[in-house]
Amino acid sequence: MTTSDPSQDTPSPSTGRFLKAIYVYEVPVRLWHWVNALAITVLAVTGYLIGSPLPSTPGEASANFLMGYIRFAHFAAGYVFAIGFLGRLYWAFAGNHHAKQLFRFPFWDGHWWAELFVEARWYLFLEREPKLYVGHNPLAQFAMFWVIGIGSVFMIVTGFALYGEGAGVDSWQDRVFGWVIPLFGQSQDVHTWHHLGMWAILLFVMVHIYAAVREDIMSRQSIVSTMVSGVRTFKDAGQPADEDAPAEPAHSRRFHAGRKGGAAKTATPHAPEPVD
Amino acid sequence: MPMARLETFYEVMRRQGITRRSFLKYCSLTAAALGLGPELVPQIVHAMENKPRTPVLWLHGLECTCCSESFIRSAHPLVKDVVLSMISLDYDDTLMASAGHQAEAILDEVMEKYKGNYILAVEGNPPLNQDGMSCIIGGKPFLDQLRKVAKDAKAVISWGSCASFGCVQAARPNPTRATPVHEVITDKPIIKVPGCPPIAEVMTGVITYMLAFDRIPELDRQGRPKMFYSQRIHDKCYRRPHFDAGQFVEAFDDEGARKGHCLYKVGCKGPTTYNACSTVRWNEGTSFPIQSGHGCIGCSEDGFWDKGSWYARLSDFHQFGIEANADQVGATAAIGVGGVIAAHAAVSALKRAQHKGDV
Repeated sequence: MTTSDPSQDTPSPSTGRFLKAIYVYEVPVRLWHWVNALAITVLAVTGYLIGSPLPSTPGEASANFLMGYIRFAHFAAGYVFAIGFLGRLYWAFAGNHHAKQLFRFPFWDGHWWAELFVEARWYLFLEREPKLYVGHNPLAQFAMFWVIGIGSVFMIVTGFALYGEGAGVDSWQDRVFGWVIPLFGQSQDVHTWHHLGMWAILLFVMVHIYAAVREDIMSRQSIVSTMVSGVRTFKDAGQPADEDAPAEPAHSRRFHAGRKGGAAKTATPHAPEPVD
Repeated sequence: MPMARLETFYEVMRRQGITRRSFLKYCSLTAAALGLGPELVPQIVHAMENKPRTPVLWLHGLECTCCSESFIRSAHPLVKDVVLSMISLDYDDTLMASAGHQAEAILDEVMEKYKGNYILAVEGNPPLNQDGMSCIIGGKPFLDQLRKVAKDAKAVISWGSCASFGCVQAARPNPTRATPVHEVITDKPIIKVPGCPPIAEVMTGVITYMLAFDRIPELDRQGRPKMFYSQRIHDKCYRRPHFDAGQFVEAFDDEGARKGHCLYKVGCKGPTTYNACSTVRWNEGTSFPIQSGHGCIGCSEDGFWDKGSWYARLSDFHQFGIEANADQVGATAAIGVGGVIAAHAAVSALKRAQHKGDV
């Protein structure tokens, strides 16, 4: 992988604003992001309308199919969401190390927590300037892991369990996900938690969009355009916190022994790659 | 009551002057009521002709007798046939003629004579607090009677939401710690027949199935017979086309209500309730709540007393000291976060203006 390859740097001293560019998000990650965003939008709107339907339609029942169409859109978007998530999960193994970040929660990494608090202090206006990151900053990773990583699984599992209720006891949805209903108590509780999950994702989306736009303006690297082009550009020559400075000696951070394994960790900074 | 040999169902029917033709018709009807194909009718005929009637001991714990009231209104099969012919209802303190020590003696007799071969039907549930003193039968806690009779039973039927899930006496704060049967009796097959009360034909249907096939019906994940509880009210509701069309009753006295539109918006719990009301219906198939213009209240679902209003399709949360449903919690959080974002953006803009030209 070439994310830390210095040859990709694009120094442009003439402007002084665009000093380094690193390819972060590969095509499948970006494609998934936007398809997922669309699916979530459709799911949230139609899901809300299933829970709280529009005013009644006039005329014969046979001449209308409004709830049917709304439910169809919800189920279709649900399939896109679920299949997209599986594809994204595959890409966490097949793609570069940034693709794994969504599914990682480095609970035992004290350094990661320290940087998370630095980032939180930055948002609370207590830090003069934020750190630079090639991938997600720890605070963003924290939110993404819980709301998109875990939250998606929760919504897919509860969603298919509810879908299985209508599809019937012989459906694969019921066979695979039907155990969820008694786990929560009863169908109504699953509905309730599925609604709460929607609100949790909605809150994430609000913060996510706000933070992305704000970071784009105020931080030292590109954010929004990176999810379009895949390339992270940096506005100054600083060293990203999740990149290794060539001259700096190894500090307390741990390193992957190899690139593909991901799990094997060693303290020797041989072939170093940051855990980000 | 002692008999040398229990008569078969067929023998009892013939003794009562019923023709064989009528008997066969009855078997076909029963098969249809159970959702069985015509090829299974001979099996029912065979069972009715040859099997001795199954002894059933029907115990009553904390309950309101609505299950019994429903049961005695069964039309297909008639409850008379069930009680007098199909089964041998040897103990049911509500229906039986004898009382007191005489009645209690029958329990011991049947338990001994048909050890491992009788069915225990439980209406209501035992309270566990105060050593079960909140429900006393014959001077002893019902809990003791339940445990004693369950010990040698072939299977246990939990009648109604009380026995199945706890129902009203187990609703928060459940002062007597009323507990569903399956949490007390853990070593016997238990068939849950929830509902407050369950549908009469569902009750007699379960008994008929167990008699005819000598086994318990196929159960779902929550221990309910699949043949009656595998679909929601919503799935077979005759007002479903109005739901799909988006035609709702908005208030109980509006035009939609008069036209019989879907009751979803006035809190019908049909979409979250598993029962056979929309297919079997009540009182000889006359009607069921939705048909009479009122939404389903979800009486056959676990904890239906504790999930908030009967007219709400989302469960209430009590964690915040107030009652709120998921959408209220979510919308409040969204407004809160929106406010924080706006304030944050304002401060960010100020900060940026302050440090303009620094970076």
